[in-house]
Amino acid sequence: MRSKTRRAALAALCAGALTLTAAACGSDDDSSEDGSGTTITWWHNSNNEPGMGYYEKVAKDFEADNPGVNIEIQAMAHEDMVSKLAAGFQSGDIPDVYMERGGGELADHVEAGMVRDISDAASEEIEKIGGSVAGWQVDGKTYALPFSLGVVGFWYNTELFEQAGITAPPTTLTELGDVVAQLEDAGIDPISVGAGDKWPAAHYWYYTALRECSEEVLTDAVTSLDFSDPCFVKAGEDVETILGWEPFNPGFLTTPAQEGATSASGLLATGKVAMEMQGHWEPGVMQGLTDDGKGLGDKTGWFPFPAVDGGAGDPAAALGGGDAWAVSEEAPDEAVEFVKYLLSDEVQIGFAENSMGLPTNSAASDSVADPALAGLLEVRDAAPYVQLYFDTAFGTSVGGAMNDEIALLFAGEASPEDVVEATQAAADQES
Amino acid sequence: MTHEGATGPVAPTLTAVVTRRDERRVAPRPVGTGWRQRLEIVMFVSPALALMAVFVLWPVISAVRMSFYRWKGFGPMDQWVGLDNYRLVLQDEVFTDAVMHNFTIVVLSILIQLPLGLGLALLLNRRIRGRGLLRTIVFVPYVVAEVIAGVVWFQLLQPQYGVIDTVLTNIGITPPEQGFLGTPELALPTVFVVLTWKYLGLAVLLFLAGLQGVPDELYEAAQLDGASWWQTQRSVAIPLIGPTIRTWAFLSIIGSLQQFDMIWVLTHGGPANRTTTMATYLVEQGTERGNYGIAGAASVLLFVIAFVTAVAYQVVVMRRDTAVQR
Repeated sequence: MRSKTRRAALAALCAGALTLTAAACGSDDDSSEDGSGTTITWWHNSNNEPGMGYYEKVAKDFEADNPGVNIEIQAMAHEDMVSKLAAGFQSGDIPDVYMERGGGELADHVEAGMVRDISDAASEEIEKIGGSVAGWQVDGKTYALPFSLGVVGFWYNTELFEQAGITAPPTTLTELGDVVAQLEDAGIDPISVGAGDKWPAAHYWYYTALRECSEEVLTDAVTSLDFSDPCFVKAGEDVETILGWEPFNPGFLTTPAQEGATSASGLLATGKVAMEMQGHWEPGVMQGLTDDGKGLGDKTGWFPFPAVDGGAGDPAAALGGGDAWAVSEEAPDEAVEFVKYLLSDEVQIGFAENSMGLPTNSAASDSVADPALAGLLEVRDAAPYVQLYFDTAFGTSVGGAMNDEIALLFAGEASPEDVVEATQAAADQES
Repeated sequence: MTHEGATGPVAPTLTAVVTRRDERRVAPRPVGTGWRQRLEIVMFVSPALALMAVFVLWPVISAVRMSFYRWKGFGPMDQWVGLDNYRLVLQDEVFTDAVMHNFTIVVLSILIQLPLGLGLALLLNRRIRGRGLLRTIVFVPYVVAEVIAGVVWFQLLQPQYGVIDTVLTNIGITPPEQGFLGTPELALPTVFVVLTWKYLGLAVLLFLAGLQGVPDELYEAAQLDGASWWQTQRSVAIPLIGPTIRTWAFLSIIGSLQQFDMIWVLTHGGPANRTTTMATYLVEQGTERGNYGIAGAASVLLFVIAFVTAVAYQVVVMRRDTAVQR
């Protein structure tokens, strides 16, 4: 009995001592610098090297320059981050610095009072970024700083193209059809698409809409949610034309976008298909899906979505979107400083050198190491305008209904008119 | 006895005797302790009730509440829309199709898993070599987590590169071009095959347990009367495990109505919404699209449908069992 109590007392003492030393250590660290001891939580989706390591270094540099600030990083796969953020918004508990994709989603978050207005605090950076920031503005106020803005286009395997005797990437829809036929003749599956996740399939419709509709019609549709212009039906018809070639990988209706070697990105990365239409993140995704971590390596090629004959849209207009750093309403002020630092020339240049995306700070434009990404950047900067992905622009509800119906179009179970009708119906519910 | 006056006039002659005999078996209740007993019951039951309230009742109430609002999943819930969400759900073809898929799974489960499970249970109830091993093999899929089983099957069913397609191609059968899960007409049947693989073990286990409870004397008596093995099973064993079969069917119906995990992993409800269930519909509307009001309405409807089915089944089928036990 006695020994038992003594042992317990000893344990308590030890525990107490531990806490004391820990506390002592802690206060030592903080007070020796200058006291505040602020922690900033930061979520990002660069969960592969070199991006993950680079961001760790960036955080360390910021901590060194700002004594007392401690940055807690959580790097996760994109899909994981998106669902964790959604859960965070629901419970009202989001990280201090996180990614916003802009459009309707951001507008909802702003309406709920969860995102901080950084128009004044980051006015310099906003001016530097220029027009690209528009997607992250609501009622003239800026809520996030885009750090990477990419455009969607075709990523292709240059080796397989050569094998099929294709000398130049297609520039019109008809030429794309020829390329598909050539690849099929060479026994190569032409295109992979992750229609199981719906949005990769929907990108085809977005792009044909971009080619069929004039900029005015599109800009108007995004704000008024009116899709009565006949160009939207024509967009669906163009998609039907593409589907008519049967260019997609077997099983594309349930193929996921980027999870695993048999996903659409995995098929391209492992040389099973010749091309895939995807966003600027594709090289990074492919690196994560191959054993050697190189993806397609120097066999990576890129060409923009081809022009469509007779379309009212600008053939150079691009579909794209990007990621921006936003600061939560309840975050410490240092978080805003950190976001500004993330957009600085220094960090953006490193970001470009590590091929982590397409920098929005023009100081970094020349530093993009990856030739494919550099080409993409040229297209982006040459584009008369970059249309934000429709599903992002319209918000999850309308965007989801739209993507759903486009997936049905891919399955041959909906007509081009159905796509417009379903989108309009979902939009009417919103207002 | 004190209750004689109460039971006497209601139950005449023979039943009265039975009732009285039953009463005698019950320990006589001391007068004046009713409140104490009630207090005891309250004390013992309240922790469980509190847990129920927090983890069952409260979520149910908030789902019902959500279903009357238009709500994006964050911010204040202040846009009251009345029954509008219910109208939208019931008019949505995707939802009505999902209900159809649920009931297809219910019916197929009973039509296919019941005879299959019963047959296997009868076979495994015989004294054959390796019986333990066979029982384990049949039961293992049920123990594997549904999501893990789903991922494994998803890989096996990969079009072109999956094991199943490779095997089929090698023996000269052309697998469907879009794969088994990607072809709209084949998707639901394929999912059902996987579900059967997964849940057959439970049926077999329950039926085997029921068969163990059938006394050997009955088999011996049947044998003495010259009944064949099949006749013995049909006229003795199967009728005797009737209650077990009806309980299994009940579990199977409820499980089928709530089916989510396997389908979410295998198809996400696709292709072309051919494998949606009520549960995938409400997750799609809720977490994927942020229409929490619509998801709330769908979940209430799922609850009502499952509840009505369960009660109807209890009244029509299970009443026999509970009546027999009394």
